[in-house]
Amino acid sequence: MENPYLPYPVRIDSIVTETEDRNLKTFRFVFINPEDEEKFAYTPGQFAELSIAGKGEIPIGIASSPTEKGFVAFTVNKTGVVTTHLHNMKEGDVMGIRGPLGNWYPWEEMEGKNVVIIGGGFAFTTLRSSIIYMLHPDNRPKFKDITVVYGARNPGMLLYRDELAQWEQRDDMDMHITVDGTDDPDWKYNVGFVPAITEDKITSADNAIATVCGPPIMIRFTQPVLEKLGFPPERIILSLEMRMKCGIGICGRCNIGDQYVCKDGPVFTLAQLKQLPGEY
Amino acid sequence: MIEYGEKIREIALKLLKNKEVDVFIGYKKGTVPMMNEPVLITDPDQVESLYWDSFCALNLCNYLTKRTDKIGIVATGCNSRNIATHIVENQIKRDQLYIVGVPCEGMIDHRAVMRTIKQREITDIREEGDRFTVVGKDFEETFEKKTFLQNNCATCTHRNPVIYDEMVGEPVEEQTDVAPFKDVEKIEQMAPEKRQGFFARLTSRCLRCYACRNACPLCYCPTCFVDESTPQWVGKSIDPTDTLTFHFLRAYHCAGRCTDCGACERVCPVGIKMRQFTKKLNKDCQELFSWEAGLTLDQRPPLDVYSPDDYNEFIK
Amino acid sequence: MTAKIFSKKEWTQALEELKQAYRVFAPVKDGDFHTFMPLENGKQPDFDYPNSRLSPKSLVYPESERMFEFSLDESDSDAYILKEAPKDFSPQAVVGIRPCDSHAFQIVKRNFDNPEYQDPYWVQHFESTTLVGLGCNTPCSTCFCTEVGGDPFSEHGLDALMIDLGESYLVKALTDKGEAFLNSASGGNSADDAGLQKAEELAASAREQIKVSVPTDKLQDKVATDLFEAPFWEEVAFACLNCGTCTYLCPTCWCFDIQDEISGKRGDRIRNWDSCMFPLFTLHGSGHNPRDQKHQRVRQRFMHKLKYYVDKYQDGVQCSGCGRCVRYCPVNIDIREVCRKMNEF
Repeated sequence: MENPYLPYPVRIDSIVTETEDRNLKTFRFVFINPEDEEKFAYTPGQFAELSIAGKGEIPIGIASSPTEKGFVAFTVNKTGVVTTHLHNMKEGDVMGIRGPLGNWYPWEEMEGKNVVIIGGGFAFTTLRSSIIYMLHPDNRPKFKDITVVYGARNPGMLLYRDELAQWEQRDDMDMHITVDGTDDPDWKYNVGFVPAITEDKITSADNAIATVCGPPIMIRFTQPVLEKLGFPPERIILSLEMRMKCGIGICGRCNIGDQYVCKDGPVFTLAQLKQLPGEY
Repeated sequence: MIEYGEKIREIALKLLKNKEVDVFIGYKKGTVPMMNEPVLITDPDQVESLYWDSFCALNLCNYLTKRTDKIGIVATGCNSRNIATHIVENQIKRDQLYIVGVPCEGMIDHRAVMRTIKQREITDIREEGDRFTVVGKDFEETFEKKTFLQNNCATCTHRNPVIYDEMVGEPVEEQTDVAPFKDVEKIEQMAPEKRQGFFARLTSRCLRCYACRNACPLCYCPTCFVDESTPQWVGKSIDPTDTLTFHFLRAYHCAGRCTDCGACERVCPVGIKMRQFTKKLNKDCQELFSWEAGLTLDQRPPLDVYSPDDYNEFIK
Repeated sequence: MTAKIFSKKEWTQALEELKQAYRVFAPVKDGDFHTFMPLENGKQPDFDYPNSRLSPKSLVYPESERMFEFSLDESDSDAYILKEAPKDFSPQAVVGIRPCDSHAFQIVKRNFDNPEYQDPYWVQHFESTTLVGLGCNTPCSTCFCTEVGGDPFSEHGLDALMIDLGESYLVKALTDKGEAFLNSASGGNSADDAGLQKAEELAASAREQIKVSVPTDKLQDKVATDLFEAPFWEEVAFACLNCGTCTYLCPTCWCFDIQDEISGKRGDRIRNWDSCMFPLFTLHGSGHNPRDQKHQRVRQRFMHKLKYYVDKYQDGVQCSGCGRCVRYCPVNIDIREVCRKMNEF
């Protein structure tokens, strides 16, 4: 009988320290059994359980895009037992990945629409996956304008800085990088909180879907901005975090009302969330 | 004790009506025999639900922790000693409390009753003075209360509240000819291996539901050691070593603070006698420090103080 | 399907022989209570019991269960790679289970065996189990199975049903599994009309004895967020100690935790029952806790059983009316009262 709790064995292929506080690292994993990579077919927005023998598991959004072959990547914030141990592991070490888990951003619905992506802090991982996915030549024609607002506390806390710089240069997307504040005199991007930059840069909700990921405070202040712009709750997409164990809607802890964030989510529309108890 | 109910209702009504307290904490009659539910009342119209009998054996002090309002609370001897401990440990302030003291002749052990009536279904229990009558579908039996007391009540030497603002009745006579530590002495005399086996059997049924911990007013840590993950002090499965570690450590955390109120044993769904652990520490505290918990507001428990002129060499 | 009548002595003897083919579990007197135990080392079944204190859910879903094992020894070629822990899925029979507890297995089956995911441990344990029920001639005062879609003689989810006729048991096979079990049991005579007739009378009388009313009819039509915001939750929760008694004794509570434990250079991944009563259940790594307050956790338990489950599966409540939580809640929080409040809100 297939065991959904059994992780695929993987090897750490590379580790990149993303932020100046060294609390965020991106891990690239390769599957030890090549056939597992096929089984791990995922869609941007999904997550997986990173599994370390003797430490446990931790649910993390998938930061790589299915258009990137040969590896999967996760950006991990050092917080608890598993993530702290992971941060101390080195390239070549063996661990496990279980997934892909959860639902994904509504790609079919987004086709033919303008896509607005709003991210803050280290909740930019599945958004990176989404951007890489949409910019892939096979996929780019499916979407109209792509606008991205991404902010962090300061320049040193931005994830994927090289890619951000490249995206900034492209003419097939609008990239708005911002920081809450900086003392870098050469900073050439925006300064200001994400909600304010959103209000400033996004001009229309016409034929558009907005995807928002970030700390609760950012989401709280961005939501009214989007509503003012005319985004109906059905076209505001959020991705939630919860304490999880099984990842497949069985162990019972990550529910909001009758929905399990691990299986029915993590992606919800604001309209859906408004139907649920505000317990998240 | 049943007659205290009327007096409790009267006092609660007065306190709430005169706004001397914001809330009143007592018991209401349970929906099943021998069970009563702790209740918090804010409205004078609700005082009718307050109730008292010999099955009010939880520890209401549990519901005081870190409250900020003015509270009226019913307290027996042991409950009042826990309130004193709470005050000493800064979990509540004395001037927030209006303590309604209940002179206590002990609580009835509901499990002993069930055993005696051979686990038959009880439909009603009536208490009359020092006797009580158990009514079932096809039986009715009357018992003497004092032969059915909870083990901790049978050997209790502080039946009257040690602090109170008002009593619901005349103080009862304190018991003097009791030997509370007889069972502990027996365990002390066991050879280590035998004792270890005894402890293992004692806790073997534990489900790790933590009812004992949660019913105990002493267990108010924001994060209990069993819930900590960095470091993880104790495993979370029902491994016997982890289970024993939990019970031992919990007991040590209660050393010099436990009033032997018996709430832990009363709430245990599988009937573990975890007072065997706490009582040993109570005994040590009495023998080594002449200390019984919660009798004074002026002194912290012995394991909770440090003095540079302590006579013990090891502590310097 | 076969129906036989065994004298009580014959039945005990038959169970003894059935141990050749099954791991046989039955209620055994255990101190003040009864517990489902394997009939080994001379343990004798005692079917004259109200119900077990702990539900028999642990026979399919153990409180702690090893899922995987692993080596942390770098010199092992499979170091750090999780392997399935060996398990015993040989046939087991749970004899004397009450119909409410069998109903409960059908309730939790929706969780562990759903169209998208099958929990391999639960499913395989359940499939290897033959459930031989025992009709309740005298339901307890805390029983309310008839109010939540059950019956003291319900055959729902059972493979066979025993009925205590006084001096004998009528045992009816209800499924192929039950038929196989009954056919392996030696002794007994084909059930006669008198026996079947008596069984009917006992069932009717048992139904009569459950007088409590716990209406659940309006739960489905309530708006979940309205019930969630109902004003009574703090009052309901006041006395709660946030212990796990209700959830651990409940036959329909299914939540679990997954933990790794190591010993030297090897370790296990274990799943343990968990409880929505514990703050740790939902504590985020960041320190945020969506159910930080006691009343939120109490509300979650009742909303899950009486609303979220109702909405999700559209087939009644997540409660089989066994009454364990009513009986053993140390502070007397009574699900029947809470259900009435919710239904009437």
